[in-house]
Amino acid sequence: MDYSQFGAMLPELIILGIFLVVFLFDTFSGERAKKALTPLTVILFGLGTVAIWLIPSCDMEVFGGMYVDSPACKAIKAILNIGVFIVFLQSAKWAESDEVAIRKGEFYELILVTLFGMYLMVSARHFLLFVIGLESASLPLAALVAFNKKHYESHEAAVKYILTAVFSSAVLLMGLSFVYAFSGGSLYFYDISRNIVSGEGSGLLAIALAFVIAGIGFKLSLVPFHLWTADVYQGAPTAITSYLSVISKGSAAFAFFVIFAQAFGTVYSDMWEWMMYAVIIATITVGNLFAIRQKNMKRFMAFSSISQAGYIMLGIFAGGIGLASMMYYILVYIVSNLAVFAVISAVENKTGKVGMDDYDGLHKTNPWLSFAMTLAMFSLAGIPPFAGFFSKILIFTSVTSTGSMALYMLVLIALINTIISLYYYLLVVKAIWIKPGEAKVEAFRSAAGERAALWICVAGIVFFGIVPYLYEYCVKAVEGGL
Amino acid sequence: MDLSILWYLVPAVVMFCAGVYGFVTRKNMIALLISLELILNAADLNFVVFNRFLFPGSMEGMVFTLFAIAIAAAETAVAIAIIINIYRAVGNTDINSVKQMKY
Repeated sequence: MDYSQFGAMLPELIILGIFLVVFLFDTFSGERAKKALTPLTVILFGLGTVAIWLIPSCDMEVFGGMYVDSPACKAIKAILNIGVFIVFLQSAKWAESDEVAIRKGEFYELILVTLFGMYLMVSARHFLLFVIGLESASLPLAALVAFNKKHYESHEAAVKYILTAVFSSAVLLMGLSFVYAFSGGSLYFYDISRNIVSGEGSGLLAIALAFVIAGIGFKLSLVPFHLWTADVYQGAPTAITSYLSVISKGSAAFAFFVIFAQAFGTVYSDMWEWMMYAVIIATITVGNLFAIRQKNMKRFMAFSSISQAGYIMLGIFAGGIGLASMMYYILVYIVSNLAVFAVISAVENKTGKVGMDDYDGLHKTNPWLSFAMTLAMFSLAGIPPFAGFFSKILIFTSVTSTGSMALYMLVLIALINTIISLYYYLLVVKAIWIKPGEAKVEAFRSAAGERAALWICVAGIVFFGIVPYLYEYCVKAVEGGL
Repeated sequence: MDLSILWYLVPAVVMFCAGVYGFVTRKNMIALLISLELILNAADLNFVVFNRFLFPGSMEGMVFTLFAIAIAAAETAVAIAIIINIYRAVGNTDINSVKQMKY
């Protein structure tokens, strides 16, 4: 066997290496050395992130074309890595708390394993590798959701997550088996796109497409398949919620795009485009409308992330430029959402409060947290000087550049929804700055990791929009090859 | 007697529908898990049958099925572990007892 092929899997090997070091250190280190586990993981992962940003993509197919290391795949991996790094930083305090400290190694290991699965999912060009990646990304997450052993909500969230996740992957497999019937005996995306023409207009293929969309839509929490999202986000530990809401969503969106661009391709686009059209409208609208009535911050962010997933998926209509703006959107979404979650977890770690009412008058006691939260909300809502505005405008222009009337309508609906979303994002800002009365959270100093994560996020929110380099980086990566 | 492909596909679809029906209607989590296994096995059966009848020259469907079985086993293991947790927390495995978080 030719082992040099593994050289193309450098990002995966880096993650695997970090995983092994963390695992061995966690298993064999003594009681006192264990204290170094969190800094070790964060530093190693930070170095890994820098390495993945810096190494050039070798742009080759390995294992018979099952795995591809293209510039676009490398770019999305680097973007996801930033998100995971921020999650590690902001959860360091939680991982050291009495309840979790003894199991913190498992937390880091499971996160690294799911990240490895997402890498495979992103780079897969064959449905077998894709399914393996998808499962190794979603199964450890179920264990992570159940991580707060002493809290009942964590168990309830976990059982809801695992049952819907298995159901969705079963439906996905069923859809793939129908696709296989048309594929000419091969599950490579490329072969499917060539052979699927034979099934044009057949009902079986329509069902197969619907099943595949449903299966992956569950992971992305697109609307008819979103019902697990709010409960899981509310019940899971906050660190896991933030991970679920950005990283798992970002990787699934990219993989979704690749599948539709390459496997179901332009040949069959008239069918899936209409399915996605309806799903995206429903996703954005329902997510927004339900977010308005939420009183729990984590649940609120769950519905907000549902509607953001709809915006992310808009890029699917616009081809290469759509993918570039989708990647940029994911990057901006990562920093904005993680800033919100950093504040939520800081407040929750200190006081255990997650209600939106608990944020009333927060600015009197914790002005810096309030400031960061406000910037993040502005960015999520898309208010001009911040990054969220630029990511929204880029994804909208990429969709309208196709020139189709139906897509103009789609963008119009998305725009109207942006205005609705402004209302509920500003509800939080209003609670923090305007509502009268005493602050419900006393003044506290958040942990070093949380502060570091917040600084990175705030810098991202302010500068990602103004500095054109990142969008150009995404465009260049997509032009370099999918 | 020569069995045509339909003799295999119809049971697979029936298994799938039974699984979905069971997943929606049953109240016990273990029963839900059994329903999920039915759906997964229906998909596996489909893969094997399509491979055997349509593409007898290649093995891709069979290999996929092997992996899918392994993945299904892993999924069941994780799900059982979580259901045991629920049993410890509330004393039964009825899905009506895990509805604290809603809407």
